[in-house]
Amino acid sequence: MEVPILKQGEVLIATFQAALSDADLNQLRSGLVRQVVKFRSRAVIVDVTAMDVMDSFASRTLREIAHMIRLRGAETVIVGIQPEVAFAMVQLGLTLEGVATALDLEEGLAYLTQKFKNIN
Amino acid sequence: MPKREGRGVELVGSEAPSELLRELVAHLRQNRTQLREEWVVRITEARLLTAMTKEEIFAEATSVYDSYVEALETETFEALQAYARNLSERIIPRGVETHEVVGIVLLLRDVLARSLFAKYQTDFKKLNRILDAYEPAANRIANTVAVGFVQERERVIRQQQEAIRELSTPVLQVRERLLILPIIGVIDPQRARQLTEQLLRGIRTNRAKVVVIDITGVAAMDVTVANHLVQTVEASRLLGATVIVTGLSPEIAQTLVTIGVDLGKMNTVGDLQGGIEQAERLLGYKVVTLAEPR
Repeated sequence: MEVPILKQGEVLIATFQAALSDADLNQLRSGLVRQVVKFRSRAVIVDVTAMDVMDSFASRTLREIAHMIRLRGAETVIVGIQPEVAFAMVQLGLTLEGVATALDLEEGLAYLTQKFKNIN
Repeated sequence: MPKREGRGVELVGSEAPSELLRELVAHLRQNRTQLREEWVVRITEARLLTAMTKEEIFAEATSVYDSYVEALETETFEALQAYARNLSERIIPRGVETHEVVGIVLLLRDVLARSLFAKYQTDFKKLNRILDAYEPAANRIANTVAVGFVQERERVIRQQQEAIRELSTPVLQVRERLLILPIIGVIDPQRARQLTEQLLRGIRTNRAKVVVIDITGVAAMDVTVANHLVQTVEASRLLGATVIVTGLSPEIAQTLVTIGVDLGKMNTVGDLQGGIEQAERLLGYKVVTLAEPR
């Protein structure tokens, strides 16, 4: 199942569907980085609103995506983590440390706009 | 000579236990008015059920007496159990205590037993047999009523605890995007968990970007709860909200340092006022005095 990646100006938006296999996650990781290179994007928003569970593999993949994209000089924001999922994650010690997070797509875009404004 | 060995007994007379029970029940029904009256007198003398009026005591005494005799007769206790719970629901809010309920049931047991002594005083063997039938049933009745009462009390207590827990962790919005969670009292792991869930839901509903958790009103915190607090901070961040913890007492500060909490992860400010001011700065608010206060 391919994760749709949309382009909004200098930002790429990847929207997770509910159940992603490990293969899907790996595919997303490589796909996103390729797109960042192709479009010279400044940021990526990964929307996980539809995810009702986050395991350690998914969590690690998200961190790896953020790190790889940072190597391209771009920022990653994870948005839409549900309260129940957040609660479960911290109990398992999956804190997504070092990765920016926001409540939803709107907040994620606002955060990036602010950040780019500061840089400029 | 018939020996009394607990429940097992040699019947010398011709009556079966159920026949004895029937005789006993008939006697209790015949003398209902007088025995009930005697019981109410004993209740008053023992200063029980002081929270109820004389009329109420009389009404309940009648119901209890009839249920008691019925339980003896049918040797089933479900109806009595249901009545006991129903009675408890009525009288617990009136302030009736457990010892009072157990007390009146035991008094009834005594009153009825005495009347049996009086009736069969000339036939000691028969009295023994009657008591053999009466005592196990009477004990079971006392047990049923007492347990029913206590169970109802426990249910009420649980209900109240739940209500207190909910009331005591309000998540309050004081500015756009700013929530305050004032915690007062003892936090146990269950309350900590409820707190976290309520806060995370509040962050999503109010689209909060900053949360001030004030623990001025929390005297002490053990390691488990301190970890819960850290997890709450981390989970809030996953929802895009920054948490500022205010009001740490010296004891709690010590606990956090002892368990090695990464204080770089936790944003703390001395008091609630400071916390709100920092939150406002983070949100880009500025507070300006417009004119002289009147």
